Amino acid sequence: MAERVLMKGNEAIAEAAIRAGCRHYFGYPITPQTEIAAYMAKKMPKIGGVFLQAESEIASINMVYGAAAAGVRVMTSSSSPGISLKAEGLSYIAGSDVPALVVNVQRGGPGLGGIQPSQSDYFQATKGGGHGDYRMIVLAPASVQEMASLTIKGFNLADKYLMTSMILADGTIGQMMEPISFEDAEVETYEKPWALTGTKGKREHNVVNSLYLKPDELEVKNFQRYERYKLVEENEPMWEEFMMEDAEYCVVAFGIASRVAKNAVVAARNEGIKVGLIRPITLWPFPKKALEAAADKVKGFISVELNMGQMIEDIRLYTGCKRPVALCNRCGGMIPSPDEVLEAIRKAQKGEF
Amino acid sequence: MKTTQILIAGFGGQGILFAGKFLAYKGLMEDMQVSWLPSYGPEMRGGTANCNVILSDTPVGSPIITAPDVLIAMNLPSLQKYVDTVVPGGQIYVDSALIDVKVERSDVEVFYIPATQMAKDNEIATLANMIIVGHLLQNHPELSFDGTDAVVEKLVPPKKAALVELNKKALALGKEYK
Repeated sequence: MAERVLMKGNEAIAEAAIRAGCRHYFGYPITPQTEIAAYMAKKMPKIGGVFLQAESEIASINMVYGAAAAGVRVMTSSSSPGISLKAEGLSYIAGSDVPALVVNVQRGGPGLGGIQPSQSDYFQATKGGGHGDYRMIVLAPASVQEMASLTIKGFNLADKYLMTSMILADGTIGQMMEPISFEDAEVETYEKPWALTGTKGKREHNVVNSLYLKPDELEVKNFQRYERYKLVEENEPMWEEFMMEDAEYCVVAFGIASRVAKNAVVAARNEGIKVGLIRPITLWPFPKKALEAAADKVKGFISVELNMGQMIEDIRLYTGCKRPVALCNRCGGMIPSPDEVLEAIRKAQKGEF
Repeated sequence: MKTTQILIAGFGGQGILFAGKFLAYKGLMEDMQVSWLPSYGPEMRGGTANCNVILSDTPVGSPIITAPDVLIAMNLPSLQKYVDTVVPGGQIYVDSALIDVKVERSDVEVFYIPATQMAKDNEIATLANMIIVGHLLQNHPELSFDGTDAVVEKLVPPKKAALVELNKKALALGKEYK
C-alpha cells in the first residue's frame, strides 16, 4: 500500500495535477483556494514547469486557452467570483474544442459573497456560465482523496473528449486535511494532432479558433461537439450509492453535503427509517441511470445542498418528476448539521415533501 | 466502532491549528481514519481560531463537529461558545491560566491545566497548546504517548528545528501535570 500522507484538499489538487503531467498553471489568488497557487508557485519552477500569477482571472483563463491550444496539460483555479470572470474564456475554450482543467473551490455568493463553503455555483458549472451551446465535465469531490483522484481523472477526460473538466469543490474540502495516497488514479495520455506545435515546414497549419461566421459551418461544429457530449453522457457518469439496496427514501447530495448527509442516513437507519444516499460524483454528466432506478423504487427524494436548491431541478428533470423531491439546504457559507438532514428524512417518511 | 471528535478553540496565534495537526498525525500513525478541518479566513488573522479533528476506526463522515467528545478551550470566549456542545461523558480541557471560571456541568470530565503559565515558567511561551495536548494523550490510551517524538519531528519545519525539543518538552510537561 502506498504511504498515506496528510494533505489539504487544495494541495492534493495541485500535487495530483503535477503527477498528471500538468506543467502549466495560470491563476490569480482568491480565498479559499489560494493553497493551490501557493503549491504550484513552490513546485513548478523545480520541475521545469510554469507558474504564472496573471494580472487578473480573465488574463489567466486566456493563458490557459493558449497553452491548451498548444497541446499541453494546463490548469487554472479560482473560487466563485473568480470563476464568473473566467466565464468568457471557458466559452472560447469550449468553442475551440481544446482540453483544460479548471478548479472552482466554491464560496458563498452571489456577488463577492463570503469566503465560507458553498455549492451555489452548481447552475454555473452544469448549465453554462459562459455563452453559447457547450458543456463541461463537472467533477464533485467529497474527500481529499477524491480531490487528487478526480483531478487526474479530469485531465484524462478533458484530453479524451477535447473539453474542459471542472473540479467543483468547496471551501471545506479545500481547507481540510485527510490522509491520501496517489496510487489509485491512472494517468492517460492522448495524441494531439490538432495542437499548435509549429509545422516545421512539414505539415498543413493547424488552426484553433472559435469564430465561424458562416452559420451552416457553425451549426455543423455544434452538432459535432454534441456528438462527443453524447459519448460523455453514455460513458462517464460516476456516482456512489450508500445503503440504497432496500431504501424507501433517497437522499441525493454531492461534495461536503454528502458527508453530512451520510451521517444523517446512518442516524435515520438507527431509527428504523429505510433511507439511502446517492452521491453524484459527476454533476455533468448527471448520473441519470442511478436516479431513474431509484425513482422506480423509492417513495421520494431529499436533495441536500449548500444553495437555494439547484441540483433539485436536475433530480426532478432526470427522474421525470416521478417522485416528490424535498429540499434540505443552507447557504451563504452555512452547512446543515446531520440533525437538520435527519429531520428532513423524518419529514419525508411522514409524507411531507 | 470508536470515533473521537476533538474541537480545539482559542485565539489565532495560540497554535490551535498546530495542536490539531499533531493529533491528526498521531491518529494517522495509529492507523486511524482522520480528518482535520480548520477555521479559515479573517479568524486566522488575529481573531478566534478553531480546529475540528476526528479520529476514528471507520471512515470519517462529516468532518464538521457539532457535538465534540473532547473540547480544548484556550480562551474564555471559546469555552463559553462550546461548553454546552460537548457530549455528556465527554472531556473538557481548560487553560486555567487564561480562563478563571469553572465549568458548571457535572456530566463531563474537566481538566484544568494552567498551560500558559507553565509554558512561561519553562521558557516555552508559545507552547501552551502542546502542554494541553500532552495531558490529553495521557488520558487517551488509543493515541498513547509512544511515537510522539516522530510526529513532532515530522511537523516542525526544518527552518524551525529548534522548536522540536521545545515541543517535546511541552508534551512531557503536560503528561506529568497532576
